[in-house]
Amino acid sequence: MTGKPRRAASTGARGQGEGAATTGKPRRVVVTSPRTAAARRPRHPLTREIDEQTRLGEVYMGSLVRTQFRLALFVCSLLACVVGGLPLLFLLAPELRAAELFGLPLPWVVLAGLIYPALVGGAWLYVRQAERNERDFADLVERR
Amino acid sequence: MSQIAAVVLVMLATVLIGAFGIRVSRTTSDFYVASRTVSPVWNASAIGGEYLSAASFLGIAGLILTFGADMLWLPVGWTGGYLVLLVLVSAPLRRSGAYTLPDFAEARLESMAVRRLSSVLVVLIGWLYLMPQFQSAGLVFRTITGAPPWTGSLLVAVVVATNVLSGGMRSITFVQAFQYWLKLTALAVPLAFMLVAWWSDGRPGLTPGDEWVLPLHGRDHPVYETYSLILATFLGTMGLPHVLVRFYTNPDGRAARRTTLVVLTLLGAFYLMPAVYGYLGHVYGMPESDTVVIALPGRLVGGPVGEFLTALVTAGAFAAFLSTSSGLTVSVAGVIAQDILRGGVRAFRVATVLAVLVPFALAGAARSLPVATVVGLAFAVAASSFCPLLVLGIWWRRLTTAGAMAGLLAGGGLACAAVVITIIGGPHTGWAGSLLAEPAAWTVPVSFTVMVVVSLLTPSRVPRGVARTMVRLHTPETLNVDRGDWRPRFM
Repeated sequence: MTGKPRRAASTGARGQGEGAATTGKPRRVVVTSPRTAAARRPRHPLTREIDEQTRLGEVYMGSLVRTQFRLALFVCSLLACVVGGLPLLFLLAPELRAAELFGLPLPWVVLAGLIYPALVGGAWLYVRQAERNERDFADLVERR
Repeated sequence: MSQIAAVVLVMLATVLIGAFGIRVSRTTSDFYVASRTVSPVWNASAIGGEYLSAASFLGIAGLILTFGADMLWLPVGWTGGYLVLLVLVSAPLRRSGAYTLPDFAEARLESMAVRRLSSVLVVLIGWLYLMPQFQSAGLVFRTITGAPPWTGSLLVAVVVATNVLSGGMRSITFVQAFQYWLKLTALAVPLAFMLVAWWSDGRPGLTPGDEWVLPLHGRDHPVYETYSLILATFLGTMGLPHVLVRFYTNPDGRAARRTTLVVLTLLGAFYLMPAVYGYLGHVYGMPESDTVVIALPGRLVGGPVGEFLTALVTAGAFAAFLSTSSGLTVSVAGVIAQDILRGGVRAFRVATVLAVLVPFALAGAARSLPVATVVGLAFAVAASSFCPLLVLGIWWRRLTTAGAMAGLLAGGGLACAAVVITIIGGPHTGWAGSLLAEPAAWTVPVSFTVMVVVSLLTPSRVPRGVARTMVRLHTPETLNVDRGDWRPRFM
């Protein structure tokens, strides 16, 4: 930090060299550096906290992993309810096994048809939310 | 005759597209992963092409015809497995930089012992998956030519070995993407014609009171077997060696997620069809066998059109044998070359021959079960070994080397034992038979429990770099953070 102004001062002195040589006494020079280095004050970006595995970095990483895990767990629970629930439903309500929908057996309409778009829809929503979580994390880490 | 022509055509196309890749792949990393220059749509088609094996193309319809509605869960699970893979595994796995499952084990647990155990499991799952592919190739070949089954198996084995040896991953990616669309067409076009024929027949339906159509019916312990099947298929997908490799060719974790979403869509579209084949097969009283998909178009649509459609499904079936077998062979050969032989392109070639030869021999020796049943067993082994390793490895910091070893040995070991007893000694009856034929419902919980309990008992053996690994697995690539310096070894 201290190196910068001194270098600026000596450059200034050299620039005024001829004048100084004639009077024999160095002229005082006013340093008017725009202090860009000071304006970009050295901050500790959160990425460094993560790199150095400080407590703060660990807390941030933990929060990212937890957010994503909670999302994953939510999707998996939903899937388990639908997929695990269907055989249970057929077991507990046997009349559903023989029910018909659009003139076709209900279990077939669900298992050989409707469930596929549902899976794709679920996946699409998950991808959207997971990417949003990552963007939020990146914003958080890079903002400070 | 036209069927044989179709088979020859598919084989030629596969070899030619493969040969096209030779000029592109030169270095070792090209050989393995196509230098990550594969676009997402190609990549998703390739995953679909690789994944849709003989079990999907022929086996599902055959099992639905045999056992009825409970088998509808098979394609649901084989699709839904990608949803579980997407939410729990896809992006972190890509970010890990691992190319194979043993790579992931080594990167996460920093242990060569876990790596070697994973390698053994990859080879076992790969061979268990390859064996029924060769068997049903033999079955279909016998159906169309009358030749003994081993000739069809040999034909597929030779084409696969040639293709893998000549082109490596790059050509495989093109071949696989082509195979997905071929398989989709080969099932969809005959189906359209058959539905027209069925309609003009006056839309024959089931006889009233036919119990075949009801779920939870037709097997010894339908409730247990249904749940076990669901568990194996939904959790086993992530542990298949040939699926994981494809994720490496995505540029980043985000692309890996999006690719998985496309894969889910492609598979969902494909899996709408086998159930209709099974249903029509039952309505028209076809014999219960894996070849119903081949026989049905000729039965419903006669004349030259029917012959053309039969040729088309036969071509699709051979596409299925070739694509899955090629993908599995690359994965198994990669692991054998890297972890058992000394590595390098020469070792990869020796390993390729080994990877094809063993399941070919097994296909001739083992009892012939329905193809989808054996593939289902491979899923059960994957679900009881690699699923806990991946899920706990990605999301749980306290997983230890000892815990992972114990879980892989317990879950993978028990599932493998059940498979061997079922294939060699079976079929068994009663509860023992059901527990052995559908082992996932007990082996998956055993594996998870052992991994967690042993990890908690050995807290000193948490890998030292776990914090860095977690950063690597979970932070988006846009962030400039230190992700450690682990790289997969390309020999």
